[in-house]
Amino acid sequence: MAPKIMKQGIKAPVMYLLPALLIMSVFVVFPMINTIRLSFLDARGIESAATTCVEGETCWGAFENYRYALTNPVMLTALKNNALWLILMVPATVIMGLLIALLADRVKYEPVAKSLIFMPVAVSFIGAGIIWRFIYYIQTGKGEQIGVINAIITVLGGEPIAWMSNTAVNNYALMLVGVWLWAGFCMTILSAALKSVPKEVLEAARVDGANEFQVFFKIMLPIIMPTIIVVTTTMVINVLKIFDIVYVMTGGNFGTEVIANRMFKLIVTDTGRSMAIAVILVVLTIPIMIFNANRFRQQEKLR
Amino acid sequence: MKPFGKINKILKKIPLHLAVVLMCFMWVLPTIGLFVSSFRSREDVRTTGWWTVFSGSESEMEIEGYEEYSTYCATCHGVDGTGVEGSDIFNPDTLTEYPRGNRLFLYLQEPIDGEAHVQDPELPGNPKEALEVVNPVHNYLTATKEEESFLSQFSFSNYVDALVGYKGTRTYLEDCDSSSDTPVGKFTCDLTTDLANPEGMGRAFINTLLVTIPATIIPILIAAFAAYAFAWLDFPGRQGLFALLVGLQIIPLQMTLIPISRMYARVGMQDTFLGIWLFHTGFGLPYAIYLMRNFIGTLPKELFESAYIDGADHWTAFRKIALPLATPAIASLGIYQFIWVWNDFLVAKIFLATKPVLTVQITNLIDPRGQNWHLLTGAAFLSFIIPMAVFFAFQRYFVRGMLAGSVKG
Repeated sequence: MAPKIMKQGIKAPVMYLLPALLIMSVFVVFPMINTIRLSFLDARGIESAATTCVEGETCWGAFENYRYALTNPVMLTALKNNALWLILMVPATVIMGLLIALLADRVKYEPVAKSLIFMPVAVSFIGAGIIWRFIYYIQTGKGEQIGVINAIITVLGGEPIAWMSNTAVNNYALMLVGVWLWAGFCMTILSAALKSVPKEVLEAARVDGANEFQVFFKIMLPIIMPTIIVVTTTMVINVLKIFDIVYVMTGGNFGTEVIANRMFKLIVTDTGRSMAIAVILVVLTIPIMIFNANRFRQQEKLR
Repeated sequence: MKPFGKINKILKKIPLHLAVVLMCFMWVLPTIGLFVSSFRSREDVRTTGWWTVFSGSESEMEIEGYEEYSTYCATCHGVDGTGVEGSDIFNPDTLTEYPRGNRLFLYLQEPIDGEAHVQDPELPGNPKEALEVVNPVHNYLTATKEEESFLSQFSFSNYVDALVGYKGTRTYLEDCDSSSDTPVGKFTCDLTTDLANPEGMGRAFINTLLVTIPATIIPILIAAFAAYAFAWLDFPGRQGLFALLVGLQIIPLQMTLIPISRMYARVGMQDTFLGIWLFHTGFGLPYAIYLMRNFIGTLPKELFESAYIDGADHWTAFRKIALPLATPAIASLGIYQFIWVWNDFLVAKIFLATKPVLTVQITNLIDPRGQNWHLLTGAAFLSFIIPMAVFFAFQRYFVRGMLAGSVKG
């Protein structure tokens, strides 16, 4: 039974909720609806997107902006790159985070080690972009390499690589920056989960002759699986929205375009297309949203 | 057996320590590189890798002219240049008399005590060939004179340049000094006025503070009220509304940018601090309410019940019980929101274009040709100081805030 204090008519709840609900309606809910509306309008947000159709070419009518967002070559590159980030960078970051959490758990200076690896969350993506531009920098004229990576390559007798413009490597170079930024985040959450695994269970398994790999895969992993899933879904959302790193390091050029950067570039020149891209971004997050809602419901049941 | 067991245990752990230390090293290396560079001169940053500062100065044998010096001069002057009494040729004062190699050459042709200055072996007779010897010697003497101490390679001039936004080929301090306090372009050379330069990081720093502090306090305050209602008040639609909130948390902010900026344009709120505060409030509220409600909701209900029976109204219960006890949650949220807003780029770029914050200002300083690394390194670190200090000071709270939610976008 609900405590008596909760049964207090409608006036108190309204007063306590009003500021929050008002601001969220004006600054989140209403603009979202407006974004959807704008995604069906032309570049300046005045007439229907259907008016932008060109005679004799494929036209999706009111969904014309979505045709652009889903079929334009640059957008296809962006969608492909976001998929690449999802497939490669997310698992890499989670596994890296887990690995560091596991290793750091076994040393005495764990807090220091974890602080250092967690630190990138305190720097802005823009700042991280600058840091890594400096690392990847290539001196094309004469003079020695001032970027660490190319300097090492040169010392080893190799040819310096244009990490940001060489299409064979640039996407991976950007993803590495992402791993550097987020592995600490994953590590922190996973480390907390690892520490909640009962020590007795692990000891019992070790006494029974299980080696460290078995202990990890058979006992720890199943216990921390829910946390791994939470971390992964968070990373999926982060990666879908990946923007600042690409913006500051390559500007989306040389085949490194991503959805959010494309959306940003079009904000000024073509609202309709820009908003269609934003809607697609949200649609991509819907599965995660549903997943989170379910998780929330289960949590509430346990309360 | 026991002592061996112990050693064995330590030995077994070596790979582990190596792995952990290596990872930490790799993780901090990028930041350290930028940090070291931020104290090096423009020329140094542009031409040599930052790690060279640790390799020490060149050994004398590597300096051009070492060979010539040892062949022609070292017999009399010795390796340190003091072999002949009364003429220390490594002395800077002696050197300034011979600013160029040919001056030195003319001097060397003057006989000493009736005999040739350079005897064993003699300088080549042909002046052109002789200069090919003298010039390296001159270089060697100058280079050894200029040998700098470790600390003298570093200065704060990049930070000064970044703060005032000075993009010259020399530093702001040098240019202002040599022009003896007369204006350089739009710079007055009076630091107090130049720091207000809208293109400098100093001004951007103030703008960032003006954005971040209110944008941290306002949402937390409003969220505290709402969280109290969600936790301790009963009203129709409570569960549904809260579930909606959980969903709203991961809406990408890209989804609301344009409609809000259009709305601001209509009501004349574009490029105002109020506008960006409200945006961050709206965007931060779902997560803030979620986290605070979860925290306030777990406080013992007897506390609230007994207060209520004692005649306290909601306002009192909120102020005297909920808020004080929610301090840990408020701290977590505060740190989280502070760092998030401080590091934001996209929102500030769109809503505060004319008053650039740090992140936006950094992107304004980027030179695609890579000519101003010194400026960028200083600028980047200026933007790191506050969030890093906050992070290291309140890491505990930050982690707690993150663990509680970890779904925010």
